[in-house]
Amino acid sequence: MITKFSKLFILFLLSISSIAGFASEAHHTVEEEETGEESIFNPGEMIMHHIADSHEWHMFNTEGFNATIPLPVIIYSPQRGLSVFLSSRFANHKTYDGYMIHHEKISAVDASGQEDSSITVYDVSITKNVVSLLISAILLITVFFSVAKGYKKNTGKAPTGVQSFFEPIVVYIRDEIAIKMIGPKYERFMPYLLTVFFFIWFNNLLGLIPGGANLTGNIAVTMMLALVTFIITTVSGNGYYWKHVLWTPGVPLPLRIIILPIEIIGLITKPFSLMIRLFANITAGHIIILSFIGLIFLFKSIYISPLSVGFGLFMNFLELFVALIQAFVFTLLTAMYFGSAVEEHAHDDHSH
Amino acid sequence: MLNSMFLDAGIAMVGAGIGAGIAALGAGLGIGRIGGSAVESIARQPSESGKIQTAMLIAAALIEGVALFGVVVCLLIALA
Repeated sequence: MITKFSKLFILFLLSISSIAGFASEAHHTVEEEETGEESIFNPGEMIMHHIADSHEWHMFNTEGFNATIPLPVIIYSPQRGLSVFLSSRFANHKTYDGYMIHHEKISAVDASGQEDSSITVYDVSITKNVVSLLISAILLITVFFSVAKGYKKNTGKAPTGVQSFFEPIVVYIRDEIAIKMIGPKYERFMPYLLTVFFFIWFNNLLGLIPGGANLTGNIAVTMMLALVTFIITTVSGNGYYWKHVLWTPGVPLPLRIIILPIEIIGLITKPFSLMIRLFANITAGHIIILSFIGLIFLFKSIYISPLSVGFGLFMNFLELFVALIQAFVFTLLTAMYFGSAVEEHAHDDHSH
Repeated sequence: MLNSMFLDAGIAMVGAGIGAGIAALGAGLGIGRIGGSAVESIARQPSESGKIQTAMLIAAALIEGVALFGVVVCLLIALA
């Protein structure tokens, strides 16, 4: 009889059997290359290796087969000029063309192989994050061009296909985020808000795929997003915005002097918090999932796997949710900052 | 990660661990309060539950941002 017991038993069998898939992902080659021998599993290093950017796209290792895609390394040095080569030249700690790599940091070496710190190296390689950025850009352009084409084909008719998935989302962003926060002048900012929302959402989801690159967990990427928000807010701020920030009306004079430096710092901290919030949420989620998987290797026992797989699955679902929430919150706060920048003087409760 | 067990490095690790724990505690307390009052207000006015849920999510994300500031600082201490 198919009772609750037999269902639980099948679930238990499945959770142990999935360890076969994990065990083939032996990440020992990172440590073995360094010490040359079987070393203790270092979870911190495994986690950093998965979170950080890298000059090659490492998918998985099976016995004897290392699925890694080498990426182009582009180095510019004012003393030596431009060097372009594949990162596979750096395999097994070889030096190539006068450069060597150590923990993803490229430094120049002189003829005897010693590190030469007098040569400045500008590393503008196509790293894993850059490739992921290009892939997600192509994905976004493809998807939204097909949505736009669908609208042109179906003018006056009901939306079909991929249109019908994105239309409610776009309408939600327009009605609940843009119009509510920005007001009547929302149309100027809609392209940027939509771009930010879908860019962050798609990249968060791509990072959750096993073997995906952690793009939105790269603080340089989130810094650029926050910087663009800051630039747009500053450029589109009208007279009332600057007046409210620098010389807050309606408060007594000593308080205004105190509020002034606070507000100026506040101009910087608001985009800064946008950057940190997105970066930390995504990176922390990845670290948690990797820690649960790393538990299996740390204990070297099969009996930890129901716990690891269960918690890992739960955290993965939570991360899917967080991917959407973080995109939503970034877009919402950006819209709020735009709204405060273009707000017209509608309220007459200040003593002007 | 930690090859040299000097006392100050050990204490720094303890500080990082405790800091991350307290940051998580703060986040839990804050978001718990928000969740509580959100559920209470939905119970009072079920028709407004959509708006209340949205406001709750926004406030929770903002608080989580602040807690993750603390976590990032502790990670920096522990790993660098």
